[in-house]
Amino acid sequence: MLWSTLLMSIREIRRNTLRSLLTMLGVIIGVGAVVVLVTLGKGASAKVESDIAKLGNNLLIVSPGASRRGPAANTARSFERADVAAIRREVSGISALAPAAQKQTLVVAGNRNWTTPVIGTTPDYLEVRSYTLAEGRAFTDSEANSGKAVVILGQTVREELFGSQDPIGQQVRVGRVPAEVIGLLASKGQAAMGQNQDDLVLMPLVTFQRRVAGSTTGNNDISSIYVSAAPGRPTILVQSQIESLLRQRRRPAGEDDFNVRDMAEIAATMASATGAMTALLGAIAGVSLLVGGIGIMNIMLVSVTERTREIGIRLSIGALPGEVLLQFLIEAVVLSSLGGLLGILSGLTGGWFAAQKLQVPFVVVPQIVLVAFLFSAAVGVVFGILPARRAARLNPIEALRHE
Amino acid sequence: MSALLLERPPVETIPPDTDAPRIAQPVKIADPLIELRRIRKVYGEGQAAVEALRGIDLAIREGDFVAVMGTSGSGKSTCMNLLGCLDTPTSGEYLFRGIDVGKLDRRQRALVRRNYIGFVFQGFNLLPRTTALENVELPLVYKHVRAAERHRRALEALASVGLSGRERHTPAELSGGQQQRVAIARAIVTHPSLLLADEPTGNLDSATSDEIMELLVKLNRERGVTIVMVTHEPDIAEWAHRRIVFRDGRIIDELEEGGA
Repeated sequence: MLWSTLLMSIREIRRNTLRSLLTMLGVIIGVGAVVVLVTLGKGASAKVESDIAKLGNNLLIVSPGASRRGPAANTARSFERADVAAIRREVSGISALAPAAQKQTLVVAGNRNWTTPVIGTTPDYLEVRSYTLAEGRAFTDSEANSGKAVVILGQTVREELFGSQDPIGQQVRVGRVPAEVIGLLASKGQAAMGQNQDDLVLMPLVTFQRRVAGSTTGNNDISSIYVSAAPGRPTILVQSQIESLLRQRRRPAGEDDFNVRDMAEIAATMASATGAMTALLGAIAGVSLLVGGIGIMNIMLVSVTERTREIGIRLSIGALPGEVLLQFLIEAVVLSSLGGLLGILSGLTGGWFAAQKLQVPFVVVPQIVLVAFLFSAAVGVVFGILPARRAARLNPIEALRHE
Repeated sequence: MSALLLERPPVETIPPDTDAPRIAQPVKIADPLIELRRIRKVYGEGQAAVEALRGIDLAIREGDFVAVMGTSGSGKSTCMNLLGCLDTPTSGEYLFRGIDVGKLDRRQRALVRRNYIGFVFQGFNLLPRTTALENVELPLVYKHVRAAERHRRALEALASVGLSGRERHTPAELSGGQQQRVAIARAIVTHPSLLLADEPTGNLDSATSDEIMELLVKLNRERGVTIVMVTHEPDIAEWAHRRIVFRDGRIIDELEEGGA
């Protein structure tokens, strides 16, 4: 009986293809919206997480200036080489550490030039920031200490200055300093906030401080210290050790004139923010699914009125009221679950295209797909029951007389 | 006893093959198929109450062919609704195969209809946009007959009303007479004990009416289907063995012949 009722309702749905489609539209849109939003939301979270992981392993960034932006933020003293040495010496649980100083500088190669952040640092920078070399080599400790003019280019800089040519061994001019290209970084792509992580030039810190930093004379400033906590070492411990050490060394009056940012913590915050956003958008889309359900109820009620005579015929030839109820209920459920299926299909398709467009990974969340489908079927039951009961309660005599 | 009788559809108890026609028996001295005793039916309440039936006594034997006549408002339609278990009397007893229908609920009455009664209406009442075959199969769907068997019996019923070859036509593609034949096939496909026909020729011209009447007579004679037919046309009523005339909720005249 269930099977033949199912066939009967499918025939009824096919008989009114256009109306059935319009009826389903609400559910299709609702389910589709839920699936698209959740898919994109999960994709965005995944992207944020992977981006932050790309920034570096267990990365802590120490920079001058209070964490709260105030008038003093930019005037705070830079770090000195002694600070770096002290951190390396006294803080336990550090796997790598790289001081860095940075300046936006014009880099010239042949007849091409490009303005890019030039970063003076040590060879450990690569490990701390999770950069790898695509070609060439990193500078050696002796090159770093002696202040030799060698540079490692990011992919963007290489494209701007050399196109697809091999830059290794070529000469470039960094500001006024002629330097040899010894390495090329592998591409890392965009960071979480959208910065291009391939647009940079690395050079030894000493060389940078002596010849690039400042306007004419150079300086000994270190604008940030990148610290990689040892694996399994809680970054919060390393962070508090660094903070107390720097407090001793710098003796700030009042508030700290430096800050230590934990990238893992930022990652978690951002992931939970996108998660909350996804949940919110999903809930809004869920409301539209509810509206779709009301649409089904509406059409089913109209359908019951329109098919009063048919119901009368069925009752008179021996359909039990329960069977008429079942028929209309199944029709509603078939409509809504079919709408759910179409919604899932269109949602996944739309989600895939949107993910391509927004350059986030396409993440299918099977639980959400399943929940969306079950929810759409449930919508059919909930909103189908009223029209179905109305149909089952019709008086066959009056129903047969109905025109 | 009645519940048991109702719950078990008598598909199995019906002669397995209808190709072997049951010859209409001469009047049996047995319990009548239908017995109405002092039936009254009142619509509405208090001042607005209308007495549609004012005490009907009637017995219909198995194999009978009864024409119910009367002007509109005479109570004949109300009586048909009662006979078809679509409605219950206000008072009095309606015994169908010994079962008091007045004591049955909606569901049980639907079971009586499903298992024992076939309907033919003035307006044919076929499902639109549904093939003749599917229309005829419908009562069997509700009787839980398997698809293959359903198919076979529906084809057979359509053949017996002379519609072989029209199985795939929808009502819109059939003439009025053909539609009524489909409706008759749908009514007899379950081998009902009683065929109720409400103005079966009301929408048909006289030539087609005669064809339909010939078909009903044939079903009555060859298969022994008990037929109760409402009509207001005397020449249509002529086809029946027995004619009952209603007026103002009472039976005022009854005429029985040896045969039509």
